[in-house]
Amino acid sequence: MNVVELTALLLLGSFTAGLLGSLTGLGGGVVLVPLLTLFFKVDIRYAIGASLVSVIATSSGAAAAYVKEGFSNIRIGMFLEIATTMGALCGAFLSTVVPTKGLAIIFGIVLLYSAYLSRKPRTPEQRDVPPNRLATKLKMNGSFPSEQGGSRHYNVQNVPAGFSVMFGAGAISGLLGIGSGAVKVLAMDHAMKLPFKVSTTTSNFMIGVTAAASAGIYLNRGYIDPGLAMPVVLGVLSGSLLGARILMKAETKVLRLLFSLVIVALGAQMIYEGISGNIG
Amino acid sequence: MIRSWSDRNIEETVGEILRAGVIVSALVVFVGGFLYLIGSTWAHPDYRIFRGEPADLKTLGGILRGVRQLRARAVIQLGLLLLIATPVLRVVVSIVGFAAERDRMYVFFTAIVLSILLYSLLGSGSAF
Repeated sequence: MNVVELTALLLLGSFTAGLLGSLTGLGGGVVLVPLLTLFFKVDIRYAIGASLVSVIATSSGAAAAYVKEGFSNIRIGMFLEIATTMGALCGAFLSTVVPTKGLAIIFGIVLLYSAYLSRKPRTPEQRDVPPNRLATKLKMNGSFPSEQGGSRHYNVQNVPAGFSVMFGAGAISGLLGIGSGAVKVLAMDHAMKLPFKVSTTTSNFMIGVTAAASAGIYLNRGYIDPGLAMPVVLGVLSGSLLGARILMKAETKVLRLLFSLVIVALGAQMIYEGISGNIG
Repeated sequence: MIRSWSDRNIEETVGEILRAGVIVSALVVFVGGFLYLIGSTWAHPDYRIFRGEPADLKTLGGILRGVRQLRARAVIQLGLLLLIATPVLRVVVSIVGFAAERDRMYVFFTAIVLSILLYSLLGSGSAF
């Protein structure tokens, strides 16, 4: 395959990943690495590098819109980014020592887990929780524009638990070159009791900074190949922008189910290839 | 706490920066990609074996030198660097915003995040 053919196929694959990722809300990053390693036979380190930069592009693009609408809480985001960026540094260092087989297996497990998370109904959000001392001290309680017009106030709970899970989310992101948005949302929903709109958009806001923390290390280690990253970044970005546009009109229930089945299949395949030694 | 106007101002500036950063870097990557495709159409890149990138695609100095010589892969890499810099710039602006609000605590938190980012970009393996 010459450069033009390969680039066209990569562009198409990444566009599809970005489109499905944004339509289903599961993110394009999770399927990108399996797509590159299993179908294009790309070394997992190049795949992780390309995936990570595309994560920065999509999350920054989406966050730009959310931040302006006033849903994301920049204080919570900023504070938790201390945890995610430290985690990302550790994860990126780990990724340089973990054998590629190990990376493939861990990636497969994360894929299976995110498919499980996507099928599990979100625990109903708890409203009107009392203010928490630490969260109040950290000035995290906030408000956002509600559907009925006006604004809705919320109080934040259990900052230490949220902070710890965020460190883990950052480490996964740095190790595997994905956004790990699902874990971030989980921490904010469950531990900190944030309203859905706030946790989803704040998570998105944090993904870019988290990814930037490991991108420097990836770049230094030569994981980011321009010829590969170019079609991947442009494809995922345009796919996810289109996805966000048609999301309002589309019925995504069936699509979500199908996409999570694809993720399960890719996860199983990654684990199999990792164990059998085809990757690495 | 009802969020002040000042918080909204930070949010809007941050939104603008993110949008502009993504657009500019995507354009640079696109231009570099175009040069790359017309320059090495018949090459057969092989990503199956990890070799790591050459030194001049791993450091800012090397990338800028390559851009001045209009080397396609260096132009793409510059676009990717701009993309990585976008969230970093967002953090810098947040520090300025929190400082304008005289919120020392959040200036401190944001400074921690910025130093971690700078360590990754500058300290970990001398990218610059």
